[in-house]
Amino acid sequence: MKKSNTLGQEAIARKGWLLANRFLLLRRLSQLSILVLFLLGPWAGIWILKGNLSSSLFVDSIPLTDPFVLLQSLTSGHIPLLQAFIGVALVLLFYIVVGGRVFCSWVCPINLITDAAAWCRRKLKLRKESIMSSQWRYWILAMAILLPLFTGVMTWELINPVSVFHRGLFFGMGLGWILFFMIFLFDLLAVENGWCGHLCPVGAFYSILNKISFIKVDAINREQCSDCLDCFNVCPEPEILKGPVNGQKKGIATLVNGMSCTNCGRCIDVCAENVFVITTVFNGENGLKKVNKLGGEIK
Amino acid sequence: MANYTQRKKTRRQFLIDISKNACGVGFLGVGLVAYSNQSLSFNIQMLRPPGALAEADFQSACIRCGLCVEACPYDILKLGRLFQPIPTGTPYFVARTNPCEMCEDIPCKVACPTGALAPELENIDDARMGLAVLIDQENCLNFQGLRCDVCYRVCPAIDKAITLEMHRNTRTGHHAVFIPTVHSDACTGCGKCEESCVLEESAIKVLSRQIAKGELGSHYRWGWIEKEKAGGSLIDPVLDLPDRVPGVLE
Repeated sequence: MKKSNTLGQEAIARKGWLLANRFLLLRRLSQLSILVLFLLGPWAGIWILKGNLSSSLFVDSIPLTDPFVLLQSLTSGHIPLLQAFIGVALVLLFYIVVGGRVFCSWVCPINLITDAAAWCRRKLKLRKESIMSSQWRYWILAMAILLPLFTGVMTWELINPVSVFHRGLFFGMGLGWILFFMIFLFDLLAVENGWCGHLCPVGAFYSILNKISFIKVDAINREQCSDCLDCFNVCPEPEILKGPVNGQKKGIATLVNGMSCTNCGRCIDVCAENVFVITTVFNGENGLKKVNKLGGEIK
Repeated sequence: MANYTQRKKTRRQFLIDISKNACGVGFLGVGLVAYSNQSLSFNIQMLRPPGALAEADFQSACIRCGLCVEACPYDILKLGRLFQPIPTGTPYFVARTNPCEMCEDIPCKVACPTGALAPELENIDDARMGLAVLIDQENCLNFQGLRCDVCYRVCPAIDKAITLEMHRNTRTGHHAVFIPTVHSDACTGCGKCEESCVLEESAIKVLSRQIAKGELGSHYRWGWIEKEKAGGSLIDPVLDLPDRVPGVLE
């Protein structure tokens, strides 16, 4: 096993820095341009995207609404206007095509914080140990959806860091910074990928869409794998790589079909042997049926 | 890592895991419910934008997107921040610093994607964001007999929402006082009066209508209104019994 400070070095040496970081760069570009599009309105008066990630209006005509937030609104007892439902349909459609947790790695602003924590963790060589079940987030998701039935208010939205952070950037954060500093420290010192990979119900919600989404990562050239473990070290959800990368003997398909894959593409970046490609579920022998049977997320 | 080396869980382990998670989430849930109940009793001087549903309904309808805030041409709306005494992310304004300008096209309501700001509100004069209450009669200048009248003058619904009612000045005995009097059937709660009150701390304040309004018992009737509706007295006139006059009996 390589030391973590050389992570991705070989890929950079072989493929060049740009190619070995292209998904990371694209992701940062996506995250920042979404922030910029929202900020252009209040800062420069150019209204391309109004609102925030909970609900927004694109060029004054196309509504986009977060399905998880609207679901909480429904369970707390409000039937929203048609506009909100159209917004939800558009968002769901988008993530079903590109992959549910694409939200997490390409859109969510908290990802910038947790990626920074993960980076620091690698640099500081903090030990990886799982002291917390990654199933927590599904429990919190269930709680977030069910609590409003009893309280009549969107209980989770009172503290939901994803919406609080994004909203705070445009409408004022106040003391909210404390929360994000805590998330950073939690990810850095307590649990690796603790927030995104264990607790966040927003990611848990979008991961359900991964069950039916079309675009996935595929470890199609796994026989070339040199067992350097760079992909495992860089992946925010390393459990899902185990089957597709190492499951050749057991006949597990190469498609990375785990619910929690965020399609961040870092495994593609850091792999010097070009094991991974990004593909669709329809592609050839790695099709969906075979994968569902054998290659699902292994617990 | 223990998670995927141990493929098959025993029933015992499964139940332990389930109860662990359920306990943790239950703990978090109890805290959240306590917090959300607190958030329902927020600062009554933080007013909702025009057309807002009743507070409990509003909190389930508002998805905290801030579209109303960005639609407001006067930038009076703010979104509640974490640790503020208002539900996180919900819109409000503070009358003393930034009262509602009562735009005729109500852009904040139009922008709302969920109906938390009710689309039924067509006329801004029908908005009921709160109710002005002349809460400090000891410091109000008009109550002392001065003719400040500022709250009355700035009211967008002058002579409907606020009128000046003349009363005898009992301090001097031979002057009048003109008492600014708010009428709840016309006051929109825009907050112009509170903003412009000349005192250090406003004597007239816009409060949530729930706090500011009393309510008559449902069985109460105002006799004079009922009389008018019926077109006359509701009870029979006094019985006119024959008078016992000693002479007649004989």
